[in-house]
Amino acid sequence: MELDLFVRYGPALIRGFGVTILCWAAGSLGGLVLGFVIACLYRWSIAPVRWVIYAYVEVIRGTPFMIQLFILYYGGPYIGLVLSPVQAGILSFIVYGSPYFSEIFRSGFNAVPKGQVEAARCVGMAEATILRRIVLPQMLVPITPPLTNFFIILTKETAILSVVTVPELLYETQTMAAETFTYVEPFLVLSLFYWLMVIGTNWLGGRVEARVTRHLKRA
Amino acid sequence: MNFSFDVIWHNLPYLLAAARWTLLISVAGMAISIIWGVFLCAARISKNPLLSNLAALYISFFRGVPLLVQLLMAYYMLPYVGLDLPAIAAAILAVGLCSAAYTAEILRGALQAIPAGQTEAAHALGIPAFSLWKRILVPQAVRIGLPSLVNELILLVKVSSLASVVGIGELTRISQNITGQTYRPLEIYIAAAAIYFLINLVISGLGRLAEKRLQAG
Repeated sequence: MELDLFVRYGPALIRGFGVTILCWAAGSLGGLVLGFVIACLYRWSIAPVRWVIYAYVEVIRGTPFMIQLFILYYGGPYIGLVLSPVQAGILSFIVYGSPYFSEIFRSGFNAVPKGQVEAARCVGMAEATILRRIVLPQMLVPITPPLTNFFIILTKETAILSVVTVPELLYETQTMAAETFTYVEPFLVLSLFYWLMVIGTNWLGGRVEARVTRHLKRA
Repeated sequence: MNFSFDVIWHNLPYLLAAARWTLLISVAGMAISIIWGVFLCAARISKNPLLSNLAALYISFFRGVPLLVQLLMAYYMLPYVGLDLPAIAAAILAVGLCSAAYTAEILRGALQAIPAGQTEAAHALGIPAFSLWKRILVPQAVRIGLPSLVNELILLVKVSSLASVVGIGELTRISQNITGQTYRPLEIYIAAAAIYFLINLVISGLGRLAEKRLQAG
């Protein structure tokens, strides 16, 4: 193993890791928010809107991420949507993640007994208050592990962004491998970086879970 | 270069034949994922620290290591310990075992949403642990976790494309091959995407149906 390689390529790899983190964080948080909005719309809107949402969820969830990315990045300019690779990466990440997140939120909504929401309406709570005080605290309990799951899946999905030349971790690693004809070292470092991300996400998920299940612990 | 439906039409039989492998890997993988996931989840939340730590280790390994690496390990490294699996079995096993880790976490979240009073009541009534799981916990956990489970199963169909690295001619591999012969990536990949989409549409449709049925209870 040649360590001076890492002195030479270290900065590039760390820069790539930064881009990966940026795309992942911006894309998955954006997807989380969009997914929540979609799930709320699905819950509180009229039938035609629901059909549109249903179709959106099925189409985006049912097609591979790489194809969506290609369509956005290479097809976008035809309708005047010219994006830089990083912008296209983040935007497609938001779009790709949102239906999965919205389905997770939907399962959370369903987990809260209907009677509680009806009772809250009867005592005159506003819909927003019901959501904040009654539904959210309870739905976060079952959905935190699946949300963590999906954040972890998305960390590894960032590798696909390299196909539209986003200078993220895999892209920099492949550059390093191609220029130095070394394959073991770059890819070991690559797995180390991804593993760090997964460990971090897992830890964060555990913290969130401890926070949202606090009310379940017996005193 | 115009979009040509002829290219799709000519190659459709090959794509559909390849989709059979995708289906086989997905369906068998799902079965392993769900059954093994239930046991894993039971181990993860068990009072026995050895069991629960082992399950936590399993989950962090299978979620933390990319599936591609797991596949290569199942295919190339298992023979060293005397377990020489055919490619298709290695692929199904890798996909199923990996997905089970995610399934276990989904079920664990859903189980937490079931009021603890139900378990306590079952204990008070002297209902044995197996019946408690079979009749009380799992049915409710499946209902609560169903949308997330469908998410996971759909992801499983899509990751089955990785099985191409151990030499299985599934949908993505065959699409690449056909593209290599015809130089028509757009048409072929859109056709492949449509086939994946149809498979996933069936899964999510079944999911919705199951959801409706379970909701009634």
